[in-house]
Amino acid sequence: MAIKDYIRERFFPQMWCPGCGHGIILNGLIKAVEELGLNKNDIVMVSGIGCSARISGYLDFHTMHTLHGRALAFATGIKMSRPELNVLVPMGDGDALAIGGNHFIHAARRNIDMTAIVMNNRVYGMTGGQYSPLSGYGTLATTAPYTNIDHPFDVVDLAVAVGATFVARSTTYHIRQLTDLIKKAITHKGFSVVEILSQCPTYYGRKNKEGNAYEMMELMKQTTTPVGSEAKKQNHDLIETGVFVETDKPEYCTEYDKIIERAKKDN
Amino acid sequence: MNEKIIKFVQGNEACVEAAIYAGLGFFAGYPITPSTEIAELLSVRLPQTGGKFLQMEDEIASICAIIGASLTGNKVMTATSGPGFSLMQEALGYAVMAEIPCVIVNVQRGGPSTGNPTHVSQGDINQARWGTHGDHSIIVLTASNHQDVFSITVDAFNMAEMYRTPVILLFDEVVAHLREGLTIPEKGALDIVDRLKTSVKRGVDFHPYLPREDGRLPMSDFGGIHRYNVTGLFHDMWGFPSSDPKVVHGLLRHLVDKIENNVYDISRYKEYFLEDARTIFVSYGSSARSALHVVKNRRARGERIGLLELQTLWPFPAGIVREKCSEAQCIIVVEMNMGQVLQQVKTAVDNPDKVFLANRIDGELITPTDIRNIMRLIQGRGV
Repeated sequence: MAIKDYIRERFFPQMWCPGCGHGIILNGLIKAVEELGLNKNDIVMVSGIGCSARISGYLDFHTMHTLHGRALAFATGIKMSRPELNVLVPMGDGDALAIGGNHFIHAARRNIDMTAIVMNNRVYGMTGGQYSPLSGYGTLATTAPYTNIDHPFDVVDLAVAVGATFVARSTTYHIRQLTDLIKKAITHKGFSVVEILSQCPTYYGRKNKEGNAYEMMELMKQTTTPVGSEAKKQNHDLIETGVFVETDKPEYCTEYDKIIERAKKDN
Repeated sequence: MNEKIIKFVQGNEACVEAAIYAGLGFFAGYPITPSTEIAELLSVRLPQTGGKFLQMEDEIASICAIIGASLTGNKVMTATSGPGFSLMQEALGYAVMAEIPCVIVNVQRGGPSTGNPTHVSQGDINQARWGTHGDHSIIVLTASNHQDVFSITVDAFNMAEMYRTPVILLFDEVVAHLREGLTIPEKGALDIVDRLKTSVKRGVDFHPYLPREDGRLPMSDFGGIHRYNVTGLFHDMWGFPSSDPKVVHGLLRHLVDKIENNVYDISRYKEYFLEDARTIFVSYGSSARSALHVVKNRRARGERIGLLELQTLWPFPAGIVREKCSEAQCIIVVEMNMGQVLQQVKTAVDNPDKVFLANRIDGELITPTDIRNIMRLIQGRGV
């Protein structure tokens, strides 16, 4: 199928700013779905609130645009009811890890079979450029005019620590890798996390003098390296991309089916 | 052959049995006194029926999960108490806006804040009405004994489906924890309203927010044969966001009218000795039990006294209250708060000066003696 078969064309052109990385993620996601040969009717997309959340409106899947931070909780109710569906949950960095941090760690802990995509542009874009938990120490934002003193955390480290069974990272520069990782995440049985570093030239880039979209993507290329590479050993500041964890653990919906069997037997 | 099942149970268990009877398929909750037994019992009962029980990370996640599960075609419920109910308010508004049937039980305890967790209160009446932000309307039901808890819980599920709306069951700690007899009605004895599903065929454009002529909105199980969008933003008949003033106005009107225009169908109440009553108690929940006790004792002595027990608190049945109290010389609202229903009754009746409050706010059940003492004070006779 062509790209336009997966989108709701009447809502285009999309509302993201010129140069925003989120359109690249939308593109990679569609390619992943197409290459996996998934039926649009078998895909549910649940998003939260923010620039990232608007992605659901553009896609011709079953789409639910929910509350800020709560997408994974809504998605849990859907997945438990219809385990046969592919549930994709795109979230922004603030959405997934500030207001939604609690739901993120507990969905991962349960190992419920869904794909969390963290579209990390290190800023609250929709409200105009405030710092997010992932902006980083020393950055500038409209709510950090004297520099940000909040320390960030590493999304991959967090996801691994709380039990996600597939954890990966890519960037909008690495479109082919991004697509492959989303494919792997969707195929993985269990809770999958794909962090995608995305650029916000309008707010993060402008405030932190990272330049335009092209320059920000060039910076992503320079500051990343494949996981386990020699370059990382030489330079600890490099951000690793690729697959960090891919393990098997009992999946939540499957386990609950066993609970039902046990309950019916005991009754 | 169906056999009558009689049980000796807590009010919370009556609620659980009724939910199963009504067809509950999915529950998500978080432990909180005094509602916890509902979650515990459903963790046993739901999987026996093929349904699903989830203990979530908090009350916010709980209500979000049931909203998701409802969209896919399940009848759903969550149960909580004051602090948890406060956390649920944003998602409650989402269910109002996206018109998603669900039942939320709030077993009231003393508040504000952590308050008085193991003691009774009826302080959440106005929160249930106005807790979530923005103009909206909502259905709030209550009951005073376990047989009524059962039937009103079934009503709650039915109304959630009928009006595509969240329905709040506002019980209180005394009714929830009191043990008394419950006869579980035979299958078919109580009407059950099932999900109204669209007849639109696969591949044909489905409008999730286009009402039928009778005002009802048929649904298509989310994740099923129709792909559509659901959002908490104002939206058009396809479910896509819109800030067109006509769309915004029309949707808000619809959300309010679908409930306020049906206030008589939604109103549930019980009346005791009202036909010639000069003094009328208006009460609900466990305080109505004490009020009824006083009424029965005084009737035995020939006093013209009666009780109007409200089971629908919102939309407030103002017309019914006005009509039932039209001949009363004295109306006493018996409740365990600072006068939340009192204000509604004062607005409803022709002469608000004859409406008085008999209340207790210390975490103890208001007793018949309390009510008698307050009556004497109202009558100027001293305690």
